[in-house]
Amino acid sequence: MHAFLDQLWISRFALWDGFVLTAEIAAASILFGTLLGGIVGIQLSYAPWWLKLPFRLYVDTMRGTPVLVLILAAFYIPSVAGLSLGPTQAGTLALSLFAGAHIGELLRGSLQAIPPGQAEAGRSIGLTFPQLLAYVLLPQAARSALPPWINTGVELIKGSSLLSIIGVGELLLKTQEIIGRNFMTIQFYVFAGMLYLVINIALDQLGKAVERRVGQH
Amino acid sequence: MDYSLHFGAVWASFDKLLLGLAIGLGLAVVAVAIGTVLGLLAAFASVAPYRMLRSLAALYVSLIRNLPLLVLVLLAYFALPQAGITLDKYQSFTGALALYSGAYLTEVFRAGLISVPKGVIEAARSIGLTRLQTNVSVVAPIMLRNALPSLGNTFIGMFKDSSIAAAIAVPELTFEARKINVDTFRVIETWTVASGLYIAACVVIAMLLRGMERRFPKF
Repeated sequence: MHAFLDQLWISRFALWDGFVLTAEIAAASILFGTLLGGIVGIQLSYAPWWLKLPFRLYVDTMRGTPVLVLILAAFYIPSVAGLSLGPTQAGTLALSLFAGAHIGELLRGSLQAIPPGQAEAGRSIGLTFPQLLAYVLLPQAARSALPPWINTGVELIKGSSLLSIIGVGELLLKTQEIIGRNFMTIQFYVFAGMLYLVINIALDQLGKAVERRVGQH
Repeated sequence: MDYSLHFGAVWASFDKLLLGLAIGLGLAVVAVAIGTVLGLLAAFASVAPYRMLRSLAALYVSLIRNLPLLVLVLLAYFALPQAGITLDKYQSFTGALALYSGAYLTEVFRAGLISVPKGVIEAARSIGLTRLQTNVSVVAPIMLRNALPSLGNTFIGMFKDSSIAAAIAVPELTFEARKINVDTFRVIETWTVASGLYIAACVVIAMLLRGMERRFPKF
């Protein structure tokens, strides 16, 4: 135990850097994913079929492909297209695209759960479609989409650990580097696991608290 | 961008990709089978009248669901030998995926258990079935039928997660795709074919599951 604490103290900066990068990647991808998912969700709910088709294709492709394949594809493909993305950028791109599809789908579900009378009432008092969306539909959809949206955050933090495979120095890769130096395999994997647990359980509890509050009408 | 598509290099190794797909499916089937047993036990524990069992089930679910699968896999493969338990890469990955799917299936079965009408249980008890008999021959079948759609979704999720086995060099689809990618530099072709295979497999599994759901009577 003493030896482990020694090693932990020596590697505190590396672990902290990894932890911060994990949080940054998750935050960036939930931000981009929400922007993207907002557009996707609205298109999937209200667009005519020919406009809906590419969005449906995007969502189903993202949901039918493992996240790891998305990450590897985002890492290798841009280079042949003449774009040079670093591993962190490529990984964030993959996670954002993944999050966009999931958030789009859950927003579609929430939008379609709104009683049609709401949209009709909005139309009949003369709201244009953007106004209807901004004042009537989106606020109601956001309410029921909020708890699963927070759970997407948990999925993204878990997913960010996969970026270690393409060499992003996030929490898991830093942990592996430290283990490569001191061979304290169990101790450091368990420690990293506990860090993931702490953030994710905190997010999970936040989601549950929001769900309780949103549930009370 | 001067890149022209040549699928030849990918087709040359297409059999390896298919074999990889089969390995991924096999890993998912075995893991979900073990996970189903774990999930059933934990789900019954989570509605048991004993507080101890309920907390244990809750602990299992929240512990596993909030850990990245890759951490579990690396723990099982690299850390367990330090504790004297040495598993090969297939065993350790299947174990980790089984543990992981078990936590998700606990929630699935729990939701199914809660949806069993109380009157049915009371009726079973009143004709003299013991608690065990009621659970096995009345509650479980209704619960399984109700849980079938979510069970299918979990299986598809676990099949996709079998890609993570590539991290410990299990030669499944993602691992083979990455090898072709590095060997031939047919980047776009490799990943389009790999993700196409995953999507096709998911669609086929989903269709099979829908067919299965139709064959079971709804309660």
